Amino acid sequence: MKGNFIDNLPKVYGIYTGGFLAFIIIMAIGEQMGMTSKAIGICFVAFTVAIYAIIGWLSRTAQADAYYVAGRQVPTVFNGMATAADWMSGASFVAMAGGIYFKGYGYMALLVGWTGGYVLVATLLAPYLRKFGCYTVPDFIGTRYGGNLTRFLAVVVLTVASFTYVTAQINATGTIASVALDIPFQYAVYVGLVSILLCSMLGGMRGVTWTQVAQYIVLIIAYLLPVFWISNKIGAGFFPHFMLADEVARIGELEQQFGFVKNSAADLANVPKGLAGITKAHSAVNATPWAFISLALAMMMGTASLPHVMMRYFTTPSVKAARKSVGWSLFFIFLLYSSAPMLATLSKLSLMDPSLPTGIIGKSIADVQAIDWYQNWNAANLMFVSDFNGNGTLELNEFFMGGKAVVLATPEIAGLPYVISGLVAAGGMAAAMSTADGLILAIANAISHDVYYKIIDSKAETAKRLVVARVLLVVIGFAGATIAAMEIQGILGSVIWAFDFAMSGLFFPLVLGVWWKRANREGAIAGMALGLLSGMGYLIWVRNGGSGFLGITQLTFGIFGSAVSLVSMVVVSLITSEPNAATQRMVDEVRIPSGRSIIGKQ
Amino acid sequence: MSKQAQHWEKTRGLLMVTLAIWFVFSIGIFLFGAEMNSTTGPFGYPLTYWFTCQGSLGIFVILIFWFANRQEKIDEEFGFSERGDD
Repeated sequence: MKGNFIDNLPKVYGIYTGGFLAFIIIMAIGEQMGMTSKAIGICFVAFTVAIYAIIGWLSRTAQADAYYVAGRQVPTVFNGMATAADWMSGASFVAMAGGIYFKGYGYMALLVGWTGGYVLVATLLAPYLRKFGCYTVPDFIGTRYGGNLTRFLAVVVLTVASFTYVTAQINATGTIASVALDIPFQYAVYVGLVSILLCSMLGGMRGVTWTQVAQYIVLIIAYLLPVFWISNKIGAGFFPHFMLADEVARIGELEQQFGFVKNSAADLANVPKGLAGITKAHSAVNATPWAFISLALAMMMGTASLPHVMMRYFTTPSVKAARKSVGWSLFFIFLLYSSAPMLATLSKLSLMDPSLPTGIIGKSIADVQAIDWYQNWNAANLMFVSDFNGNGTLELNEFFMGGKAVVLATPEIAGLPYVISGLVAAGGMAAAMSTADGLILAIANAISHDVYYKIIDSKAETAKRLVVARVLLVVIGFAGATIAAMEIQGILGSVIWAFDFAMSGLFFPLVLGVWWKRANREGAIAGMALGLLSGMGYLIWVRNGGSGFLGITQLTFGIFGSAVSLVSMVVVSLITSEPNAATQRMVDEVRIPSGRSIIGKQ
Repeated sequence: MSKQAQHWEKTRGLLMVTLAIWFVFSIGIFLFGAEMNSTTGPFGYPLTYWFTCQGSLGIFVILIFWFANRQEKIDEEFGFSERGDD
């Protein structure tokens, strides 16, 4: 890449966006001329992945600064886009609208939590860690508190949290690749993995940064286009976000009219695993304040502790830019998150409202079973109807759908051309790949930089360090793919666990490292070790039938873990001696933006 | 008090204000979720529903930009801002 690449960014990505839109139009024309849906799906996934691979190749580097922190020259807005892609995983893209569709208010806590966390990132951590000048999050912990044990514990927490998360993402890329390319899931997982590694292997953080920007553009177009299109098509309003109040109210009326009939356990036994019916009100408050708040709080604190997000702010040119960049990140995330409830509303209304041509509730079961899209999605195990009460008509409680189907099937249900479904597949792939890249890189960088270079061999040359980093990248990727291929847990559950693990072990050691000068090494060790262990212990206890306390569930165990972490860190810090003068000076230095970074250029 | 201590005191003050606003819209209002939802909010959505879909999320975006600007002013006031622009 030439030196003026940074100045040309708006132009480069402008051309890229135009090219992608042209590609969509070509596909649409192809569909009219008789291209099969399978060919369109393959084209979308292959074309976008090829572009990412080219960007990855062009970003190859042999410099540590470029490999670890993209040369610290990523402009605020572009770093915001990259962070948004890094952040919005396959789960956000494919599963979020479905979660809102089925669970309503109780699930919306995730939207509030996954956005509110950025306020904590911007105020408590990002600018200070940027000033610190570290390559990785454990680098900050290790230097601030001193000693190899603190560094090592931070790597452990980071690995536990990120690895839990990454298997879910590789799983998602595998699912999409297997549908789009029509190959078995066990192989598709590795196709997904190779695509992921193509982006990050050669260029490290630099490669990941520029592919993530490209992936954000694909995923946001793929998410917004169907939402606007469907809204216009069913006459709900040309700008859905401001105009769906009537539709939301209408769903409330229909819920009253149909009623939530509880199915018997015997009836439910016939429903395929993973599918759910509409059993919760769409817009009514159906969770207790604590259930809502505890989940939101866990997600917010988890956001501020997840290393793959934090390390994106190490790439900005200045402290000031790091702060602004957090704002841009959240803005780009907001574009998708505020659309998810609208998609859920449109999807639900399309299916429920008997006065719409797409509505199926109240039709005869035989008619519904004859619909093309029903047959397709039923064959894919994502839709199911059954006449429980034997009256021949489909009732609200007799229709079941998979969470993914809300995003994947709604375009087809609403009668949009197949090209949109291909676009959505490419968007889902982009979302899952970008997050997986960020996570694998976070783990590999922490192990190569903090364990190998800082602890094992501090005299290693740059070339050797980067070889180690790349080997680790591949090893961790394959380990993740192998576990993903075993399909142990659902996508969403493991994502939420990752947040809880991260907050249990890292939230307070990170925050107090900046905001409490008295925090010392012993305290940090206690905080990380006891926090992670107690959080993990709580999870295992609840999973094995433990009753839990204070309403803390297996989705919010991080609240318990981080409380233990805070108390033990404060108590241990206070009963041991205060940090030495050099460390205290270092904390003073971190708190002002000007001047040299703490860890000099290596 | 040294220049650095004053700078930190102002920074901490800004943090407290920012976190207070954050607390209200991420936690505070949801203590009254059920009560608030019977009111009609912006664009005609039920109020609590609107906050979870758009309101709180949008307020967080604005809050971060506001915070970043205020913090820059504080840094400039004490001569701690970085040279050159981004």
